Amino acid sequence: MDPRRTARTVSDPKVRQVGFFTPAPPERSISDPPRFQDPIQPSSPSPTQVNDHSPSGNSLSPVMIPPAHHHSDNFLRTALQATSPTKAFSYSAKTVTIPPENEDVASSFSPGRKVVSAKSPSSFPGVKASSVPASELTTVSVVNLPPGISGKCVYKLKGKLIAEKAGGASVEVQNDRPVSAKTLKEKTSKAERRALQEAQRAAKAAAKGLNLMSVLLTYGYSVYLVYFTFEQILNNFVPVDHYVFLAEGTKASSAASKVVTSANTKPSKAAKSSSQKNDGSQVAASEKKGCDRAPEKDRKKDAPHPRMQYDDKSRVEKAKKRAVVKKTEARNRVELFRHLPQYEHGTQLPDLETKFFELDPMHPAVGLQYLSGDIRGGNARCIAMFQAFKEAIKDYSTPPEKTLIRDLTARISSYVSFLIECRPLSISMGNAIKFLKNRIAKLPLALSESEAKSTLMLDIDRFINEKIILSERVIVKHAVTKIRDGDVLLTYGASSVVEMILLHAHELGKHFHVVVVDSRPKLEGQLLLRRLVRKGLSCTYTHVNAVSCIMQDVTRVFLGASSVLSNGTVYSRVGTACVAMVAHAFRVPVLVCCEAYKFHERVQLDSICFNELGNPDAISKVQGREEINYLDGLVNQENLQLLNLIYDATPSDYVSMIITDYGMIPPTSVPVIVREYRRDHLWS
Amino acid sequence: MDFQVVVLAGGNSKSLTPLVSKVSPPTLLDVPKPLLPVANHPVLYYVLQQLEESNLKDLIVVVEGEDAGLLVGAWISGTFVDRLHVEIAAVPEDIGTAGALRAISHYLTAKDILVVSGDLVSDVSPGAVAATHRRHDAVVTATLCCFPISGSSESGSSGGKDKTKKPGRYNIIGLDPRKQFLLHIATGAEIEKDTLLQKHLLHAVGQMEIRSDLMDAHMYAFKRSVLQEVLDRKDTFQSLKQDVVPYLVRSQLKSEAVLSGIRQAEEDGNEKVSFPNNQVMVSQILANASTPSFHELYSMDPDGSAQTRKTHKCCAYIASSSSYCVRLNSIQAFMDINRDVTGEADHLLSDNVIGPSPKLGTKTTVGPHCMLGEGSEMGDKCQVKRSVIGRHCRIGSHVKVVNSVVMNHVTIGDGCIIQGSVICSNVQLQEHVVLKDCQVGAGFVVTAGSEYKGESLARKEK
Repeated sequence: MDPRRTARTVSDPKVRQVGFFTPAPPERSISDPPRFQDPIQPSSPSPTQVNDHSPSGNSLSPVMIPPAHHHSDNFLRTALQATSPTKAFSYSAKTVTIPPENEDVASSFSPGRKVVSAKSPSSFPGVKASSVPASELTTVSVVNLPPGISGKCVYKLKGKLIAEKAGGASVEVQNDRPVSAKTLKEKTSKAERRALQEAQRAAKAAAKGLNLMSVLLTYGYSVYLVYFTFEQILNNFVPVDHYVFLAEGTKASSAASKVVTSANTKPSKAAKSSSQKNDGSQVAASEKKGCDRAPEKDRKKDAPHPRMQYDDKSRVEKAKKRAVVKKTEARNRVELFRHLPQYEHGTQLPDLETKFFELDPMHPAVGLQYLSGDIRGGNARCIAMFQAFKEAIKDYSTPPEKTLIRDLTARISSYVSFLIECRPLSISMGNAIKFLKNRIAKLPLALSESEAKSTLMLDIDRFINEKIILSERVIVKHAVTKIRDGDVLLTYGASSVVEMILLHAHELGKHFHVVVVDSRPKLEGQLLLRRLVRKGLSCTYTHVNAVSCIMQDVTRVFLGASSVLSNGTVYSRVGTACVAMVAHAFRVPVLVCCEAYKFHERVQLDSICFNELGNPDAISKVQGREEINYLDGLVNQENLQLLNLIYDATPSDYVSMIITDYGMIPPTSVPVIVREYRRDHLWS
Repeated sequence: MDFQVVVLAGGNSKSLTPLVSKVSPPTLLDVPKPLLPVANHPVLYYVLQQLEESNLKDLIVVVEGEDAGLLVGAWISGTFVDRLHVEIAAVPEDIGTAGALRAISHYLTAKDILVVSGDLVSDVSPGAVAATHRRHDAVVTATLCCFPISGSSESGSSGGKDKTKKPGRYNIIGLDPRKQFLLHIATGAEIEKDTLLQKHLLHAVGQMEIRSDLMDAHMYAFKRSVLQEVLDRKDTFQSLKQDVVPYLVRSQLKSEAVLSGIRQAEEDGNEKVSFPNNQVMVSQILANASTPSFHELYSMDPDGSAQTRKTHKCCAYIASSSSYCVRLNSIQAFMDINRDVTGEADHLLSDNVIGPSPKLGTKTTVGPHCMLGEGSEMGDKCQVKRSVIGRHCRIGSHVKVVNSVVMNHVTIGDGCIIQGSVICSNVQLQEHVVLKDCQVGAGFVVTAGSEYKGESLARKEK
């Protein structure tokens, strides 16, 4: 402990060592080809290469942004490979059809084992396709099912919705939007478009004659968003961007006003339909894809909007009717968080269990694991979801009179809405879903079903490998350079990337001490601690309420993140903000490690407008200690509200540096990454 | 969903001797056990109904004996046509449940197998069992349920021989503190001896809860690969309940490479395209993200080396105490189920209790919790209480039927008094017969005026 104490007195130069404060003109790093390493190349992140970077030197420039080119190439290549018949994926092997003599199964039996030949009436000629060669088994009863029956309800719904759309006055709105959006199309970022949408929505609601107060209540956070989006942009962007966005801002506002005038003339129905949960990004996405508008619309109706306001009673009712999982809403919710979904835990699991076989071919096991908390962490949930999707795609067969692109998108949407019902999506999952849907939409029409399926599965594998695994490796490689002998590193919770960083640094033979800060009720830090101690790292374990005491000894703080938003806000496990703030106060550099696929263009200033509520019982009870029961019987009291938040937002002021797969960047550069690379993240 | 369902509709019928009989020369009178009517439906109906409700429509029904298979197949194709896709496999008699599975082992292709006993009358959802199984990625998941609290054992018959069999149904079951994993299972027969608990298991778990109030409902979910391997290697295993499941539970912390090969194969199958290195990382991320059970903690050595010990998980699904779950394995159970299905657990039956147009004489009363099949006729001044009467029975006047089961096509003469008895199909009771706690086999003729108490009457085998 003593050497660390002495180290603390020189905390000021340490900030400089991180390299964040050195002014870094972006041109330098871009025009610095030898240092750029393609993070996608699997061969590059090897431990020996890491050694080449001397830990003390500034070998890595703080802002290191390689030009964007590789992803799309890679994906194209794989898509072509997949189409070649040599990569034969044997998905069709399962559908063994029985030769036509199965009408007379009894005749083919071996004489030694006489088996019953009780047979169903032969009015079902073609349905006896079973995967079991019927030599000894006798089919006594069959079901006359068309092959695609499981998806039936989805299609029915879709058909209805499309009809509705065609008939309604909403067509007008649909026509209107592309005009206004097209003018902006070239340069607007997604945040811009969303802001525009929000403005339209608010304007229309106002036009509808609602009083201003309720508008502000309903769209309160959205209005904030609009306002702050522009302000943040002004604050954060480099001067060139500044002007661009100013210009766009005026354009957007003029477009918005145009919409307002048109909305005034519209019948109320149009206004209502447009004020439904439209998401600007989705509309924009379908425009860009241009091919499957209907499933996209369908999904909007089908899935509860990820940012549905749960204090809006009528929408909650509507969402409930569609829900697969029966949920009872918790009664005493904290006023400020009423707009977030919160349900009585414990009722969902048995209900879902009994429906295990009734759901779609999608494996409900994944949802169950989300629900019961068996899988947690952004990366793991994303991987688990993708693996489930992969299996679903593997089992998928296009029903007659459908096209794969449209039908599969709808199918995936229904799976996603199921997962949302189990637990709200993380931002990383949202990005991943967007990617997959885009891949589906981009499939060439000429591709056969098996080829399309194998292409998609390859894409999924690639996403997991490149966006998650490889970027973790790159992050580890970058972050290890920031660890030096004698460091005291603090981490909070259990981030998979941070764990890998620590382990890798240990493997490299660096001598450092780790402080694992944990918090109730999840106590994830204990799991991390266990793994670290097993590997022989020297660790200190403490809870977050002691963080101010331990922080004096700490030289670096490594944090994981659920997402990094485009104003540099780090959205992460609750308590992260507290740790970062304390670290900031002690002038300890805070390094946030986050894969670039988790970045989101949303702007968020507080942890209220978008968050997740956990089980309130988890904080009112102490597991394993029944004698602490002071709250027993109080839980349902009217004047007691329990709040168990899952995430919080760390303002960018407290973050010294964000380590991502594109290099180490200051939090103000996040929008650049989002703007420059999202395209090949998701739309490639 | 990658689940295959196997219904084991065989079982020894010795405990139900006069009610069911072996159909060596198949006659119309005899019923195999799966077709034994419970509240006018064959007992197999309840299982199939339950599975159908859970959307499990591809079934394999295993029946002991070819003739029985013929009858069962005929019945299923008549009842469930266009509703279920059922395949019947007839296996030789007396090879046990494990043997039956061994016989059809090469038809099992899905990832997991759900094995349900054909004599189970319950409303425990198979989906819940499967969900538990999948959630933990278990090797075996057993369904446990509390004994029905209805106080059934006291009422009804006092026939001594049923009572003596009762303790045999008890199991000693060890659970982990969170009631998720099965740590120990011993069936009735082994309890007489000392029960051995494994020290290393206790050490790994820390705390074990031993319960004897749970009953094995004989609804299991198995991982197919493991099940097949165990069946292949241990060819002396006869019964799932007494051999296979205890074996898997016993060896869960030192699984004898049962899983090693398979796990490898599965991973290879999943991952043809990408680099194996990444696959390791993916699985590691997933493993780190989930809460480890004691299995994982045990398999990791505390000194930091990689996973050395193989483990597998044995899960338990404990049905809630409100659900109904009884196995038909004794005459007592048969009576209980009949009473419960018409009474408190009537949600198991979808159709109406009183069949269409029974002909009742004047002053005949039918009490609550009764069931009358279609086409039955009753004379004047009869009394029926808490009984099940099958189809096309002809009951004379002044007959009293209490706590009894009367199957189809039974003729009961005037003035008979029947209490706590089972009367099988095509029995003829002549006038003024008094039966108390009797079982009358199919086709038997009871002569006029005779009185029996606590006896089992059956035709002589020809």
